[in-house]
Amino acid sequence: MDREIAVETGPTPAPCPQGAKVLIADDEPNIVVSLEFMMKREGFAVLVARDGREALETIRREHPRLVLLDATMPGMSGFDVCEAVRADAEVRSTRIVMLTAKGRETDMARGVGAGADAYVTKPFSTRELMQKVKDMLAEPPAGSLPA
Amino acid sequence: MRLPRGMGAVLAMLLPGLALALWLVLGAGFLLMALDGAARSALLGALAPVAESHGMVLVLWWVLFSAGAGLLARRFYGAHAEAPARLADAARVLAGDPSAPQVPATGPAGLKALAEVVNDLAAQRRTLQDDMARLVAEASRDVAFQRDQLAALMAELEQSVVVLNLEGRILLYNARARTLFRRLFRTAGTAEGVSADPIGLGRSIHTVIDRALMDHARETVERLMGRGEARPSARFVTTTPLGHLVRVLLAPVRAETGGAVTGQQITGFVLLLDDITDEYEARARQDRTLIDLNESARASLAAMQAALDMLDYPDLDASDRERFQAVVRDEVMGLGTRLSLAADATGDMGSRWPLQDMLGADLAAAAARRIAADTGHAVATDQVDADIWLSVDSFALIGALAFLAARVAEAEGGADPAFALRLTPASGRVHLDLAFADARAATGGGGWQSAPMGGTSQLCVRDVVERHGGELWLERARSGTGACFRFLLPAASEGHAEAQAPAESRPAYFDFDLFAASAGSHASDDRLLSDLAYTVFDTETTGLDPAGGDEILQIGATRIVNGRILASECFDQLVDPGRSIPEAGIAVHGIRPEMVRGKPRIGEVLPAFHAFAAETVLVGHNVAFDMRFLTLKEETSGVAFDQPVLDTLLLAGLAHPGEESHSMEAIAGRLGVTVSGRHTALGDALVTADIFLKLLPLLRARGIRTLGEARAAAATSYYAKLKY
Repeated sequence: MDREIAVETGPTPAPCPQGAKVLIADDEPNIVVSLEFMMKREGFAVLVARDGREALETIRREHPRLVLLDATMPGMSGFDVCEAVRADAEVRSTRIVMLTAKGRETDMARGVGAGADAYVTKPFSTRELMQKVKDMLAEPPAGSLPA
Repeated sequence: MRLPRGMGAVLAMLLPGLALALWLVLGAGFLLMALDGAARSALLGALAPVAESHGMVLVLWWVLFSAGAGLLARRFYGAHAEAPARLADAARVLAGDPSAPQVPATGPAGLKALAEVVNDLAAQRRTLQDDMARLVAEASRDVAFQRDQLAALMAELEQSVVVLNLEGRILLYNARARTLFRRLFRTAGTAEGVSADPIGLGRSIHTVIDRALMDHARETVERLMGRGEARPSARFVTTTPLGHLVRVLLAPVRAETGGAVTGQQITGFVLLLDDITDEYEARARQDRTLIDLNESARASLAAMQAALDMLDYPDLDASDRERFQAVVRDEVMGLGTRLSLAADATGDMGSRWPLQDMLGADLAAAAARRIAADTGHAVATDQVDADIWLSVDSFALIGALAFLAARVAEAEGGADPAFALRLTPASGRVHLDLAFADARAATGGGGWQSAPMGGTSQLCVRDVVERHGGELWLERARSGTGACFRFLLPAASEGHAEAQAPAESRPAYFDFDLFAASAGSHASDDRLLSDLAYTVFDTETTGLDPAGGDEILQIGATRIVNGRILASECFDQLVDPGRSIPEAGIAVHGIRPEMVRGKPRIGEVLPAFHAFAAETVLVGHNVAFDMRFLTLKEETSGVAFDQPVLDTLLLAGLAHPGEESHSMEAIAGRLGVTVSGRHTALGDALVTADIFLKLLPLLRARGIRTLGEARAAAATSYYAKLKY
C-alpha cells in the first residue's frame, strides 16, 4: 500500500538547486545519520535538529528551503512545529515533508491538515525520498502553498 | 381532653372534703339569710360559746371525715376511672394486634369479668387470624415458591441486577449488585471506613447514576418500543465518584396485556450492571502496547532501511560503512528488545478463554478424586498451599491432569506411580505439579501433550495449557528418580476472596409493591404515614450535654419502607469522639475508648448518614436529644438534617394518653415488642422501628393518619410541652 501523499507535484522537475538549505528534524540519531550523509552527498547544506523546539528555532533563524520533520519528537511534536511554521509569515513558504512512524489514516490526515506538503510513513526508500525532495525544491515556492 | 392519671387521683382525694366544707358553708349561709335580725343574733349568740369550746373538735371531725371519704374516693376513682381507662388502652392495643399482651384483670369484679371477656375475644381472634394466615400461606405457597426461585436465581446470577419502578426507585437488587455498589459508589465525600449502602429498597437510583443518563436510556428504550422492537434495551457507561467505569444495560419491565407494545405498558426497568474498569484498562493497555510497538518498529525499520540504502553507495569509505552497519546492528538489537517487552505485556493480558477463580485446594481435591477414579491409584495432596487461588478452566485442567496421570499409570504397568499433586506460588503465577515416583514412566511426555484427550472436544493437553496462557513441562527431580509434569498457571487476581465469601444471609432484596408506588417516599404532610419511608435511628453519646462538649460515639439506623423494617439495610457506625469517654457512660453503652480508636470522626460520618437518610422521615425515641447533637454538628459536617422528624415518645403519648411511663421498655412491654440489643445504637433503633410500626394502627384509630396530623398532634401533646 502506498502510504505517501504528495500534495503538489510540478509538471517538469527542474534540477536541484545546489547548496540549498535542508533541515533534518528527528530525535532518532540512527536515521539522522543516514539522511544527513545522503543529503550532503547530494550537495545540500544540511542542518540537524534533535527536537521540535530546536527545529522551529532553526527554521526561523536559518530559513531552510525544506524540512524533513519527524512527527513524534519529545516536547514539541512535528505537528506542532508544522502549524507554527504555517502561522509564521516569514517562514510560511518552507517546504515540509513529515516523516512519521504513525501509520494510521487519522495521523496522515492530521499531518496534511497541519500544513505538511508531503507525509511519508516510516520505513521509506531513501531514493524515493530524495526524488521527492528534489521535485519539491524544483517547484516555484510561491503560490503553490497553503495560506 | 383526658387528665394524666396522677392529677385525676389527687383531685378525687380532695373532692369529698372540699364538698363537705362547701355544703356546710353554704347551708350555714342559707340558714342565716333565712332568719330575721333578732333570731340571727340569738342563734349566733347561742352558737358562739359552743364554737369557742368545741370548734376544734368540729374541724377535727371535718378533717377525719374528709380523709376517710378522700381515701374511699381515691379507691373509687382507681376502680371506676383508672382501671377502665387502662383496660381500654390495653384493649385498643389488642384490637390492633391480637398477639399483644393480655389485658390485665384488675379492679372491681365487673371489670375483671370484662377483661376476661376481652382476652377471650382476643384469643378467639388470634386463633381466627392464625387459621386465616395458614389458609393464606397455603394458598400463596405457589407464589412464594416462585418468588423464592426468583430470589435464588437472582442470588446466583454473576451479574448485578437492579429492578426499578418508573420513578427510578429500587424495588429489587441482588447481593452482587449490593457488593458492586458498595465497592464502586461509596457516597461522594464519604471517608474510607464509613459503611453505608448507597442503594436500598425504595431508594432512588439517581443518587448513584446520573438522572440525565438514565432519562436518555429510557427515551432510547421507549423509541425502540415505539418502533416495535421485540427486545428493546439501551446500553451506556457511567463513571463513579471513585473513577470506576460501570457498563449498564437498561431493559423495560412490561405489563402483560397482550396487545400491541406501547410506551404506556412499561411498569419499570431492569438494570444489569458490570464493572468494566479492569477490562477497559486492560484493553487500553493492550492498544497502547500495539501502537507503541507499531511506531517503534516503523522507526527502527526506517533507520535500518536508510542505513542499508547508504551501504549501497559503492564509494563509501570504511569508516562510513562501519557507521551504517553499526546503525543496522543497533536497530536490530533495539527492535528485538522492544518485541520481547511487548510479548511480556501481551502475556500479562491473559488468555481470552473465560477462566474462573478457584481455591487451589478445591482444584487439587477434585483432580485427586478424578485421577484416583480413572487410574485406581491414590493421589497425595499434602503439599498443596491452602492459600493459593487460581484462575482456571477447572473442567479442562482436571481432564488434562487425569489424562497425563492415566498415561503414566499405563507406563508403570500396574505398579503404584505414587501420584502427588503440589501447588506452589511462583512469582505472580502458580506451579501445579503432577508428581510421580519414576521419571522413566514419562518417556512419552512430549507426545502425550499433543495427543487428543478423548471426549467430544478433541482437545489436547497443550490446548488446555494455552487456554490458561500458561506453560507445561516435564521436570525431573534433582535427586532420586521422581519427576513431575509442571503446569505454570495464572493466579487469581486480588479480591476473589471477598467475591466468593458467602457473607449475605439473604440472597436478594425485593419489594414488588413498590412497582405501584406513585410518588416515592417524598415526605409531605398530606401523605399517609403508612406510605412513607422512614429512617429510624439512635445515637450513643459520651454524655447528655452536647453544648457542653459531649459527643456522638455511635450512630445506628435502619429503614422502614412500605411498612416493612429493612433489617438488612442498616447504618451502624462507631465514631471517634475526639475526647475521653466517662466511665459512667461506658457502663450504659459499653463503648470503650479502644473501640473507637481509628474510627472516622463525626464530620466524616454525618455526610454518610445524611445520604443514608435521604428522602425519608427521621424517627427516634426522645429524638429531640439526638437531633440536638446532629444540629450542633451541622457546620462541622456540612450537612443539615432538615427532613420531617417523628418521635416515638410523643406518638406513644398520643396513642396511650392515660399511661404514665413512656420509656422505651414500658412502651415495648405494652405493645408486645421484644427488646434485644438495648443500648447499642442499632439495637435501640431496631426496637424503636418495631414500636413505631405497632403505633401506626393505634394512631390511625385515633384519627391520626397523615404525617401532618402526626406532627401537629405530637407538637401539642402533653409530653411535647413537658419535654421541650
